[in-house]
Amino acid sequence: MLDACGAASAEDLFAHLPDAVRLRRPLDLEPGISEYEIADYFRARAGENADGYASFLGAGVYRHYRPVLVDAVVSRGEFLTSYTPYQAEISQGTLTAIFEFQTLICQLTGMDVANASMYDGSTAVPEAAMMAARITGRHRVLAARSVHPEYREALRTYARHQGMPVEEFDYAKDSGAFDLDDLERKIDGETAAVIVQSPNFFGVIDDVGAAAEIAHARGALLIMVFTEAVSLGILAPPAGADIVAGELQSFAISPSYGGPYAGIIATRDQFVRQMPGRLVGQTVDTRGNRAFCLTLSTREQHIRREKATSNICTNQALIALMATVFMTVYGKEGLRELALQNVAKARYLAGKLQTVFTGKCFNEFVVRTGDPESINKALLKKKIVGGLPLGRFYPELADSMLICATEMTRRADMDALSDALRPRLAAEEMA
Amino acid sequence: MIRKVRTHPSQNEALLFECSSPGKRAWQLPELDVPAVDAAEALGAANVRGEIPGFPEVSEVEAIRHFTRLSSWNYSIDHGMYPLGSCTMKYNPRINEVVARMEGLAWAHPYQPESLAQGAMEVMARLESALAEITGMDAVTLQPAAGAQGELTGILLIRALLEKRGNPRRRILIPDSAHGTNPASAAIAGYTVENVKSTDAGVLDLEALARAADGDVAALMVTNPNTLGVFEANIAQAAEILHAKGAMLYMDGANMNALVGIARPGDFGVDVMHLNLHKTFSTPHGGGGPGAGPVAVKKALEPYLPTPRLKRVRGKWAWDFKRARSIGRVRAFYGNFGVTVRALAYILAHGGPGLRNATVDAVLNAVYIRKRLEPFFDLPYPSPNMHEVVFSDDRQAKLGVRTGDIAKRLIDYGFHPYTVSFPMIVHGALMIEPTETESKLELDLFIDAMISIAKEVETDPELVKHAPHSTRTSRVDEVAAARKPVLRWKPA
Repeated sequence: MLDACGAASAEDLFAHLPDAVRLRRPLDLEPGISEYEIADYFRARAGENADGYASFLGAGVYRHYRPVLVDAVVSRGEFLTSYTPYQAEISQGTLTAIFEFQTLICQLTGMDVANASMYDGSTAVPEAAMMAARITGRHRVLAARSVHPEYREALRTYARHQGMPVEEFDYAKDSGAFDLDDLERKIDGETAAVIVQSPNFFGVIDDVGAAAEIAHARGALLIMVFTEAVSLGILAPPAGADIVAGELQSFAISPSYGGPYAGIIATRDQFVRQMPGRLVGQTVDTRGNRAFCLTLSTREQHIRREKATSNICTNQALIALMATVFMTVYGKEGLRELALQNVAKARYLAGKLQTVFTGKCFNEFVVRTGDPESINKALLKKKIVGGLPLGRFYPELADSMLICATEMTRRADMDALSDALRPRLAAEEMA
Repeated sequence: MIRKVRTHPSQNEALLFECSSPGKRAWQLPELDVPAVDAAEALGAANVRGEIPGFPEVSEVEAIRHFTRLSSWNYSIDHGMYPLGSCTMKYNPRINEVVARMEGLAWAHPYQPESLAQGAMEVMARLESALAEITGMDAVTLQPAAGAQGELTGILLIRALLEKRGNPRRRILIPDSAHGTNPASAAIAGYTVENVKSTDAGVLDLEALARAADGDVAALMVTNPNTLGVFEANIAQAAEILHAKGAMLYMDGANMNALVGIARPGDFGVDVMHLNLHKTFSTPHGGGGPGAGPVAVKKALEPYLPTPRLKRVRGKWAWDFKRARSIGRVRAFYGNFGVTVRALAYILAHGGPGLRNATVDAVLNAVYIRKRLEPFFDLPYPSPNMHEVVFSDDRQAKLGVRTGDIAKRLIDYGFHPYTVSFPMIVHGALMIEPTETESKLELDLFIDAMISIAKEVETDPELVKHAPHSTRTSRVDEVAAARKPVLRWKPA
């Protein structure tokens, strides 16, 4: 090959690089290792993480069973090692699956159109907010404090240089639902979007329709966020929402220490040209057969450059496929049953503990425990990872933790948790 | 003789919704070990939905057949070469998949106590330091979800530093050969984009840069090697021009597969750059993601990196959330951890010398393709190329055949097309990147196919213009799809 290239050595191929830019020493990295040693290294790292613990963590990342079919499908090289389906004739597998994904998300959320995925729920939120600003020509965004705190942080990072002030409205201290009066006070004629989450960060099912009415009365759009996709198996789709921005991690996507997950944006037909991200559409081939292809790409960066609706390029196609297989396996009846099992487990556990909020919950809820950090430390000795201490995000809830139960949470573990918490709760009440 | 072309039988398959029938199921759940609940009572009657109209109802065997049949309609790296320029479609080692699925890693919850996340944090720390060594930069964040988000992060970092120095400035310079994400990301960071023309040789024009780089320019975003596969030999001088004006140099690391072990951006004046782990570091593309877009910076930009940052406290890893000058989060949690696991496995497998060898092979493969195809296709920019080569369709266009047609005909020969019509500075571009993982055998098959098509253009142009002929789906009407969008299935 070197001969064909007219080169005497491989080094000649780099002779045109200026000497000053060349690295004249080996990279300071260990020599390569074999497959067996690689597995060994990662097995050791995996062993340093929580292995064999019962966990009550949720807060945007949920432990749901992953049907084995999911990995069987996404491990196929034809899906795993294919590129973005720009060449429709040899990408009909991916394109068809994405078309099905878009349809499933529409059915689930009650929206008309859904995109092929966003990075995750947290980045879907700023993308939805920017979309609302384009649609309304306004720039102010009002987000409920009960939207996932890390989603709101991502929103602020994106919004800062868009001339898009982000303000927040509070939650009701008794129910944990958003405070409609505070929303009424803060919304004005400059508000592009009101952002609410349901079930919200505290697990409480919020009245999205009521927020939508207030938003619409002021000419703003309503963005509904969800982090727990399984809840949509039993909860009514968001009434009055104009844009739905959500996270599908619950649909067979491993917690994987925070990613990769898959976000979605769904909306009404009239807003489709303001949507970010890829879309697959139905068409025909030259023989008149049904076929699919990427479409409406004049919204996207590779065509529109700085005027695009978003800078997103690579999205989460394989993860969206996981969610598609998950929705296929559970289907109409199974997703409902799965959601109901989550409700039953959470209710069982909540019934044994002292919950802070009165609002109806799906599968997580806030419990006042006294110093959550020290309680969690004690629980670790019993091989239990407790709930998320809320002080980091909500100073006023520094004595509380967010606890989650899913279909994978065993009754025995819930009993152990409530036994461990009960003496403390009793002591709190005495004091 | 062309050795690769073959037809392939594939199954017909309807959409999921069309295969469904009431009562079929693929799901199983254990018996509840707690009392069942009444949905209306537990959730409030108004909050409970009826059945989800149209949602699938299929059996397990139907589900797996459905997706297996769909998969057979895809081309993939596991089938053969993917000569997509700028995309670095290399083989995805399967050990990476195995380790990413290990229970202690795959089931690690982002909020589990740091004392029980040391393994995950160690993986991230080790990847950060390997990427810093590879790029010659001082610090790395793994938070960005993909290349485009890495670009946004990098530009926000520049903005934060310039703000601290008193003026964030208003413009970002971008060469006309850049990826579309560059201007789109700069716009989200609040900058106006100014295009800079390339020289006749297709590289950065230092004089034009010096004229454009005034006190209002925040940065130049440059890809190196550029999208022609040509190393920007004046990169260090460009950095000097920018730095003298208080501006910064951003490097799009999409083409880093040409440089690993050979040259380091940190050594030629780059202040901030992103990497695409799904390109250079072999994590699977998955039909369009997930990727990961780590950002590497020089020391001056380190205080502004997204929160949280890894830090060492009494011999253990901890997350540092209190960073006063940080640009904030660009997403929830810490990044696409599962992708970083795969990338680290790739780096461990290769080691320092192996990574350098991969670069050498990637460049050798691209130069070999160039030399063999030069007699048949126009090469508008004759500078030495690195990991990719860009031809134009000038010769074939005279016979009415365009780059897009040649690309589609390549499918009939068993290959994925190259990148079509990009970069935009080449009229009718054929952008070819073989990567290091293709053998001479596969390269020769590809070259034979390209030469054969070049001859077909002369003898039977119509054959090429209506390709592909061998696929189960013939040329797709993209215009109709956009004119009257059908974006979801609906019952007839």
